[in-house]
Amino acid sequence: MKTVYGLLLVGLVALLILPQFLSSYVLGIFILIFFYAYLGQSWNILTGYTGMISLGHSLYVGIGAYVSAYLAMAAGISPWIGMWIGGVCAALVGLAIGYLGFRFGLRGVYFVLLTIAFAEIGRLIFLHLKAFGSFQGFFITPRFAFANLQFKGNLPYYYIGLGYVVFSLIVVRLLERSKIGRYMVALREDEDAAESLGVDVFKYKMIAIFISAFMTSLAGAFYANYLYYLHPGTIMSMAFSIEIVLRPIIGGMGTVLGPVIGSFLITPLSELSRSYFSQAGYEGLHLVIYGFLLVAVVLFFPRGIISYVKKRMMPLIVRSEKSRTE
Amino acid sequence: MNLNLLLQLAVSGFLLGGVYSLIALGLSLIFGVMKVINFAHGEMMVWGMYIAYTLFIWTGIDPFFSFLVSAAILFILGYLLQRTVVNRILDFPEAMQVLPLVGMAMVFENSARIIWGPDYISPQSRFALSSLSLGNVMIDVPRFLAFSLAIVITIVVLFFLKKTDMGKSIRAAADNRIGALLVGKDINKIYAVCFGIGTACVGTAGGLLVPIMPLSPHIGAPFTMISFIIVILGGMGSLAGAMVGGFIIGIAESIGPELITGLFQGVGLDLEFPNTMKQVVSFFILIVILLLRPQGLFGGRRA
Repeated sequence: MKTVYGLLLVGLVALLILPQFLSSYVLGIFILIFFYAYLGQSWNILTGYTGMISLGHSLYVGIGAYVSAYLAMAAGISPWIGMWIGGVCAALVGLAIGYLGFRFGLRGVYFVLLTIAFAEIGRLIFLHLKAFGSFQGFFITPRFAFANLQFKGNLPYYYIGLGYVVFSLIVVRLLERSKIGRYMVALREDEDAAESLGVDVFKYKMIAIFISAFMTSLAGAFYANYLYYLHPGTIMSMAFSIEIVLRPIIGGMGTVLGPVIGSFLITPLSELSRSYFSQAGYEGLHLVIYGFLLVAVVLFFPRGIISYVKKRMMPLIVRSEKSRTE
Repeated sequence: MNLNLLLQLAVSGFLLGGVYSLIALGLSLIFGVMKVINFAHGEMMVWGMYIAYTLFIWTGIDPFFSFLVSAAILFILGYLLQRTVVNRILDFPEAMQVLPLVGMAMVFENSARIIWGPDYISPQSRFALSSLSLGNVMIDVPRFLAFSLAIVITIVVLFFLKKTDMGKSIRAAADNRIGALLVGKDINKIYAVCFGIGTACVGTAGGLLVPIMPLSPHIGAPFTMISFIIVILGGMGSLAGAMVGGFIIGIAESIGPELITGLFQGVGLDLEFPNTMKQVVSFFILIVILLLRPQGLFGGRRA
């Protein structure tokens, strides 16, 4: 374990120094890597640790983004404060979904449908709200200042994005080590067995969706103040939910590092392929590739790349250490 | 509130409900037999629409005939999809079965976008814009034809399941997979054919919808959602439930916005419930059903 922490620390230091050598374009890609790693990590809390698949996490991002941006525009409340208000709103919506879904022990597919249904309702309602610009979308006038979470250039966003990722890693690691996290894993592996041993399944699922929705929505404030434009058709769409889901699945659900590794693998690939294919006139081709990737990963690496690497590589390392001592 | 308008909307929703029933029948059949939810259902329907549309442009054959070609091609697609992907995930935990099919949905949606372009198209077929009047109610001819053909196809599918050998094997496999294996049924083939029939149903529905609504690569997902809602409303795996649910959702979506706007005005609120939000009506029904009767109207045991 110590070596892993050591490696992570080295990685963090490297990432802190790295921007000195990068162009603004590459910084932009790194910002997206951090953004999706953070979102994947937040999704991972619910789906990776309790096994309840949510395909509606774009709803929470949308709530966080709109609430914080609206408060900043209409009432002048700093997004640094507004993001927590948005987080509470999203967490309440998450609790409502959880209450509906978990009360009857809706498992598997039913819960997936419920999350999609709520996300779609949310998208349609936000699309018709005049306060949020309706079909035109919501424009945010930039006023560059730290308090407004708005900056010229990519560098500050890079460090804030990195901060988000470190924050999420710490939260998930603490959660994993805590009793709550253990209960979540227990109910993921066998709900009936966990319940028969006295784990309050409903309660721990509710805690998981609360934390997950809250954390997810914090990224919304970042998104809003990075792009200065919000539209439910992008930020609250099913496609965005799938983007969130893809990275932790490829990296490895239910692990602390899976979403981050998945994001480092997929985000640059997706950005480069997106720009390459749309220049070549095949807009949408990268999504076709995504689709096949999702199928292939679930068929061949159902536990993600990180578990595969562990299973294949660990014996090699362990054996070589053994032979050294002998 | 204008009663005549409501009646008009109800009739038009009822007719569309016939097509919805056919879409949901396909989903329900697949779920009933394999316990897998086809998350690419709506996207495959869009392929059915585009196939019928392409034939109409190339040869001038009306979609009301060429839906048969859509059905055949979608059968093949469904058969292959089952053999390559779905058959491998049957024993996965329920939740993990969702993701590969969501992936396939993305493949279907975006490949349609690359092939046919992202814009909305509404082809002018022969019967477009003609209508019959029945008392005060106007009936759209394309809608009526789509409804009648959907009902005919539904009956054919039900007849196939009841009377033919293959149909009986499918029902046997749905009832008891191990039992069907023990009496020597080729279960892989049965599953693949069943999946093919399910997607052929939705391909047919797609062909029938071409004259009624404009097509675009991105209209698939709402149809996937609507067919889920219908199937949950009727009861997972219940074919009768899928049909009744189709009509209920068809009518509810059609009269819902008007009715709710009327209600708002009745209590003195100056609010309008726009037609573009009609899906919210179905989602609301879904939530109520999940709250009060999660096994659905015709479902026996709770899932």
